[in-house]
Amino acid sequence: MESLLHISTLHYLVLGAALFLLGVIGVLTRRNVVIVLMSIELILNAVNLNLVAFSRMWGGMHGQVFAIFVITDAAAEAAVGLGILIAFFRNKETVNVDEVNLLKW
Amino acid sequence: MAPVATPFFFYLFAAIMLIGGILVITRRNPVHSAVALIVTLLAQASIYLMLYAPFVAGVQIILYAGGIMVLFLFVIMLVSIDRSLRERQFNSQWLIGLIAALALGGLFIAVYLKGKNIFPERPLSIMESDNTQRVATLLYGQYMFAFEIASLLLLVAIIGAVVMAKRRI
Amino acid sequence: MDSILRYIQSYLDPRVKVSPGAAGNMFWVLVYIMLVFAGLSVAVIAMNWLERKILAHMQVRLGPMRVGPHGLLQPIADAIKLLLKEDLMPAAADSVIFWCAPFVVVLAAFTVFVVVPFGPAHAITDMNIGILFMLGVSSLSVLGIVMAGWASNSHYPLIGALRSSAQMVSYEIAMGLAVISAVLMTSLNTSGTGTLSMIGIVQAQQAQGVWFVFKFFPLGLIAFFIFAVSMVAETNRAPFDLAEAESELTAGFHTEYSGFRWSLFFLAEYSAMIAVSSIAVTLWLGGWLRPFPNSLTGNLWNLIFSLVPGATFLFLGALCFFNAARMPKHPLFRIQTIGLAGFGVVLALIGLILFVPAVSIRVQDIFWFSAKVAAFMYLYIWYRGTFPRYRFDQLMQMGWKVLLPMGLGVLVLTATAGLWPIIEHTLWHP
Repeated sequence: MESLLHISTLHYLVLGAALFLLGVIGVLTRRNVVIVLMSIELILNAVNLNLVAFSRMWGGMHGQVFAIFVITDAAAEAAVGLGILIAFFRNKETVNVDEVNLLKW
Repeated sequence: MAPVATPFFFYLFAAIMLIGGILVITRRNPVHSAVALIVTLLAQASIYLMLYAPFVAGVQIILYAGGIMVLFLFVIMLVSIDRSLRERQFNSQWLIGLIAALALGGLFIAVYLKGKNIFPERPLSIMESDNTQRVATLLYGQYMFAFEIASLLLLVAIIGAVVMAKRRI
Repeated sequence: MDSILRYIQSYLDPRVKVSPGAAGNMFWVLVYIMLVFAGLSVAVIAMNWLERKILAHMQVRLGPMRVGPHGLLQPIADAIKLLLKEDLMPAAADSVIFWCAPFVVVLAAFTVFVVVPFGPAHAITDMNIGILFMLGVSSLSVLGIVMAGWASNSHYPLIGALRSSAQMVSYEIAMGLAVISAVLMTSLNTSGTGTLSMIGIVQAQQAQGVWFVFKFFPLGLIAFFIFAVSMVAETNRAPFDLAEAESELTAGFHTEYSGFRWSLFFLAEYSAMIAVSSIAVTLWLGGWLRPFPNSLTGNLWNLIFSLVPGATFLFLGALCFFNAARMPKHPLFRIQTIGLAGFGVVLALIGLILFVPAVSIRVQDIFWFSAKVAAFMYLYIWYRGTFPRYRFDQLMQMGWKVLLPMGLGVLVLTATAGLWPIIEHTLWHP
């Protein structure tokens, strides 16, 4: 009970792992491209949580700086991913991942 | 200033994040998923504040909740068609994906159970009032190169997104 | 019971000179939150009345005159009407998002006030990242607007929401650049470290002896001008109110909202106006500092400036008495005349209370801050009565092609001016 009440680094890591799992499930099981992209954002957030939790544990700011870079990269990747989605939607009028199958034999 | 009622707030925000995450991956309407993701991101900003990282919390609110999610909502409004709301929501290989994710979860549990004693006891330190200054010292000192490369990356991403989303190049 | 009283009393110790959030005293944090909430509600009600009267007088008409003396009870009548109206929801609207959208906008508009500094210890809390927090939370209102436009499931709200949000996002960038220029100036303190905290920014202006609007003339002025224009565009007010003007898009993103939900949007709009005005006052106009804090010092000047709050309210009370005397001498106007005279008595009493030195010392900072924000509110109403509306493409062009390059230029020049001693030393005396 004491370990449940005293919030340590492990608590944050377990929370990050749970979010990561939810994101992975979303990427692997959903058909809608936008929801897959949002699950990828969940994964990146879980990683950020880990980074900042470790930064708190060690006392340096390196984890937080890395987290800022990850947020910047997530923004760039979301923009490019959504651009691809719009270009694809204009061609095929669908937003389902498993209908991107022009090369399927 | 010692933190007040930390376990209560941690479990509250953790519950909000997990429920938001579950809503993101299970909602049929992508707009509902986006709103759930916004709630998750704001709860995460609160957890960053609990981890004594106010600058990262501020960046999270401005960039993630106020920028990326606006982008998502715009694109959802452009490509959301009523037909997609009535189709199947889950893949044909959803079971394999779920089993693989649960295997990954089992791996996480094994790692954390085995290694839970290597984390040092966190010392109770006072909330730094110069968090922004310390982050800035690192960002513009040791990680200056990465900072410039990140800005170049953003430039490339902007140009790429504009080129791909234009009607006629 | 005793320890609770001691906990409450511990903050009232005169040695404590920080905001209750920084001192960790939860009771006083809650008290301050309620005070700010109440003050904000009164300010929004007053803004409603002031806007209609001032706009009317600018257009050579009288405005509301019937409901109370000179329309003073008009906002209350409006509030009662909005509360009693039927609560409509379009049949095909997304009910969850439709219900959440006004909530998100009001949340974003009110949470900003957690860090607004009314005085060196008169803020709810003093976050290390104060200005970053304010900019970030006020950008959450874009989400609420997009949700409102989408959930209404109708053309006019959707186009209005897209235009509104595109406008707000564009002018946020110019606002951010102007804010960075001001924050750069805080790092020219004697300690050499800048700060993002709102109280720290005003204390930097006090230490450097100059309001940032006058620093590095004209750079501070240009940065202030960029922020003043962007903040009007950010809050969707005239002359940038294309997205909600009745002649263009019925009512934009809040077309389908009626009654209490509409009043939430309206409340959020006025609160956002007050919030961005507070940012402008804190960053450039010296926050809670009285005019000329370092050049007109001495006991005589301190006394004169400490008499200003009381004198202002006495003047307002005198205006009420004057207008009560000018009311028509008809028995049907008796209630209005008595009401106006009573209101004048209340204002004069407040003015007399503010003359008492014990009250006056505590209220000085809050009064000067509120006076400066009130000046900005008058400017908002003045813009609405004077300028024609911008067309949407002109609006976006100004945001991206005029204000953004100006902001970048001001930022670079401010940094150069701030580092000028070091640059000069390196270049000419190596």
